[in-house]
Amino acid sequence: MTDTHVAAPASGAATPQPDPPGNPVLARTALLLLRGRTLVVLVLLVIFFSSVSSEYLTQSNIILMTKHVAINAILAIGVTFVILTGGIDLSVGSIAGLASMVSGGLLFTGLGVPGGTLFFSVAVVILLGIVVGALVGAVNGLLITRFGVAPFIATLGMLYVARGAAQLHSDGGTYPDLAGSPERGNQGFGFIGVDSLLGIPVAVWIMVVVAAVAIVVTTKTPFGRQIYAVGGNERAAVLAGIRVNRIKIAVYVISGACAALAGLLLTSELGAAYPDTATTYELNAIAAAVLGGTALSGGRGTIIGTVMGAFVIGFLSDGLVLIGVSTFWQSVVKGAVIIFAVITEQAQQRLQSNLTKRTA
Amino acid sequence: MTAAEDGVLIARGISKNYGGVRALKDVTFTAYRGKVNVLVGENGAGKSTLMKILSGAEQPTAGQILFDGEAVHLPSPRVAQRLGIGIIHQELSLFPNLTIAENMFAGRELRRGRGFVDERTQRDRTREVLARLGQHRLSPATLVGDLPIGQQQLVEIGRALLEDVRVLIMDEPTSALSNHEVDVLFEVMADLREQNVTVIYISHKLDEFRRIGDWVTVFRDGGLVAHESMSRTDTAWIVRQMVGREPGSLYVRNSSPTGAVLLEVRHLSLPGAVMVDDVSLTVRAGEVVGIYGLMGAGRTELLECLMGMRRVATGEVLVRGAPEPRGTVQARMQAGLALVPEDRQRDGLVQTMSVRDNILLATLARLTHGGLLTGAAQQRTAAGKVAELAIRIPGLAAAVTALSGGNQQKVVLARVLLTEPVVLLLDEPTRGIDVGAKSQIAELMADLAAEGFGVLFISSELAEVIATADRVLVMARGRITAEFAAADVTEEALVAASASDRVLEAGS
Repeated sequence: MTDTHVAAPASGAATPQPDPPGNPVLARTALLLLRGRTLVVLVLLVIFFSSVSSEYLTQSNIILMTKHVAINAILAIGVTFVILTGGIDLSVGSIAGLASMVSGGLLFTGLGVPGGTLFFSVAVVILLGIVVGALVGAVNGLLITRFGVAPFIATLGMLYVARGAAQLHSDGGTYPDLAGSPERGNQGFGFIGVDSLLGIPVAVWIMVVVAAVAIVVTTKTPFGRQIYAVGGNERAAVLAGIRVNRIKIAVYVISGACAALAGLLLTSELGAAYPDTATTYELNAIAAAVLGGTALSGGRGTIIGTVMGAFVIGFLSDGLVLIGVSTFWQSVVKGAVIIFAVITEQAQQRLQSNLTKRTA
Repeated sequence: MTAAEDGVLIARGISKNYGGVRALKDVTFTAYRGKVNVLVGENGAGKSTLMKILSGAEQPTAGQILFDGEAVHLPSPRVAQRLGIGIIHQELSLFPNLTIAENMFAGRELRRGRGFVDERTQRDRTREVLARLGQHRLSPATLVGDLPIGQQQLVEIGRALLEDVRVLIMDEPTSALSNHEVDVLFEVMADLREQNVTVIYISHKLDEFRRIGDWVTVFRDGGLVAHESMSRTDTAWIVRQMVGREPGSLYVRNSSPTGAVLLEVRHLSLPGAVMVDDVSLTVRAGEVVGIYGLMGAGRTELLECLMGMRRVATGEVLVRGAPEPRGTVQARMQAGLALVPEDRQRDGLVQTMSVRDNILLATLARLTHGGLLTGAAQQRTAAGKVAELAIRIPGLAAAVTALSGGNQQKVVLARVLLTEPVVLLLDEPTRGIDVGAKSQIAELMADLAAEGFGVLFISSELAEVIATADRVLVMARGRITAEFAAADVTEEALVAASASDRVLEAGS
């Protein structure tokens, strides 16, 4: 009220510099675009590739690409739980490989018990594969909480240990035929990786279910809220009575279970289990989470963002293949997109804090 | 303003907008040469914003800065520093992994030859500065991370002294200092004044700045409301200007009758560098008990033991007469204890979360239906506490970092009250918050006592602990060295007991 006049630089006043967000409306629009940037990028990708290649936007190609996305998305969802607590899981690719070998071995050679060999139904095999992944995750969690090993180191170690275990399982060989037989009662492993329901691959349905459950857990349960709290400020979480160690172990178990599930889908799709399954997949998974806006420092990120990130990576890779870009350039483009994503993430944070800046 | 006074740094007609919010409204402020210019005002009143502008960290939306009579443009802190305007921030900006000498010269290392650091000269100059700060015995090779927070603050001040400062801005430098350290700092300030250095001093501690200040300027709601020579003011006048009301009600004393013993501690000990040594105490329903002591006396550690955050502690803790032997945070919380920590940023708030999520963090399990959090219950619960504690927020979904210090403190308090405690443990509840919010916290403690809670709080401010506590315990070196009833307590007795190794008799 006292000075409604426009701040005119009369009397040679020091040039008033405008605040970084000069125009609040513009700034808010920019913020909205930045928040939804993964979606924006995805739409731009689809527009670009479909204008270059007429095959890109066909129904069969979209289904194929989505199936490719599914496996990375499931891995990435698990990893997102870990990253939200401020940790990291480098072992998911190896866990996927180990789960693949365990289930492959159960289907192909069965479980040797005194007096014969036991074969389990496919459902039990899948369950056991996931349990193995969860157990490896639990070991990660215990190393990090009970023994105070840094998450990067603990899961880096597990990356080697689990991969080695996968190779030891078959002495380096492949379990070539997972079709099973009626007398063993273990047919149908192809269902999860090969078959379709209502025209959509079962793997995609599984991704949808995993994502839906993960969204509910992270946004609607006390456990989910506590994950964000641990990642946002661990000391405050302790003081709020949150059992921080339990939360941490739980997220590594979730990550391990998701990794195992992804490994099983991959194995089912290939129809064979080999020890190098999903090698370096952990990097794609972390990339999807980061691309989707998950902060590596913890406390910030969403499952839906991660799924979008997985779509961007998958649709980008497949699009590049389709228009005949060399694999070398594919790597360069993918890396550049990830770095660009982190830069825009920081721009978003800056803009946001400028808009809500404390006033003294 | 007398003609003899000579304004060295003048802010003229400064306004500052953040987005749509006006943080400063047409402020004209003068800092006098060779004087200690005190700035007071509640948090959010605009003092820190003005100081950021004067030190080049922020740009004004409108207005002009005059330095030595000439209009200057301060686009960055570096430019301001080159002109001789230095600032010491409230939050420490030191490197705990480096030595004192390395910290002092961080970013402006002395060179020997082309690219090598001249460590010897750096150490010698650091030693001189430390001596000037009364820290003769401190080695420049000490890691800053190993120093208590008060000495870290002195290192920060020493860093500014190394430069040839003409105007030194200090944003609440004493909030972490012990009384002795404050005395040293004031000697340094008097020294600077002798050398014709201008000091701009932001503080919340009325009793302190009256000792040192020449001029006092009061801010309220983004505007400058009063500017007066310190000798023509008194504490009551300053408080009146700050809060816009009479100071009689500044501290509210609890007057509720005391009831049953809610908390009993028997022979609690914690080994370590800062230890707790055989502490026994009781807190009754309706009672406000203060713990006074110096930095490092073990007060924070005592409360952390009580709250189950130090698992190696020995001794017995009884809540409502029942022993609580498990000693985990969850168990102590369930038994009825709740702790509001000293360092809100580090231990209290989850900065990435909204106001609502921060308030509900400790009691999420109660807000579920079929395992899922219900939006309505969350909103209702959080809004209820916000209203009850009169927390000033832009909205429940706002980032908690957007609140002022006092309101952040209340967010943490709201969280712990939701856990339905019987005894509240408050660690320096008024540190770093303004007078208005301080009196609100004192009132709140009295209200809580009246509702039948037991309150155990830590304070480093004599006036505050004397005015608000029914009983004062003094801690020194991990032991309780004295206990006073409200009627018997004097500043002298508290200071004596806090510096003592021996256990004193009450009132002696």
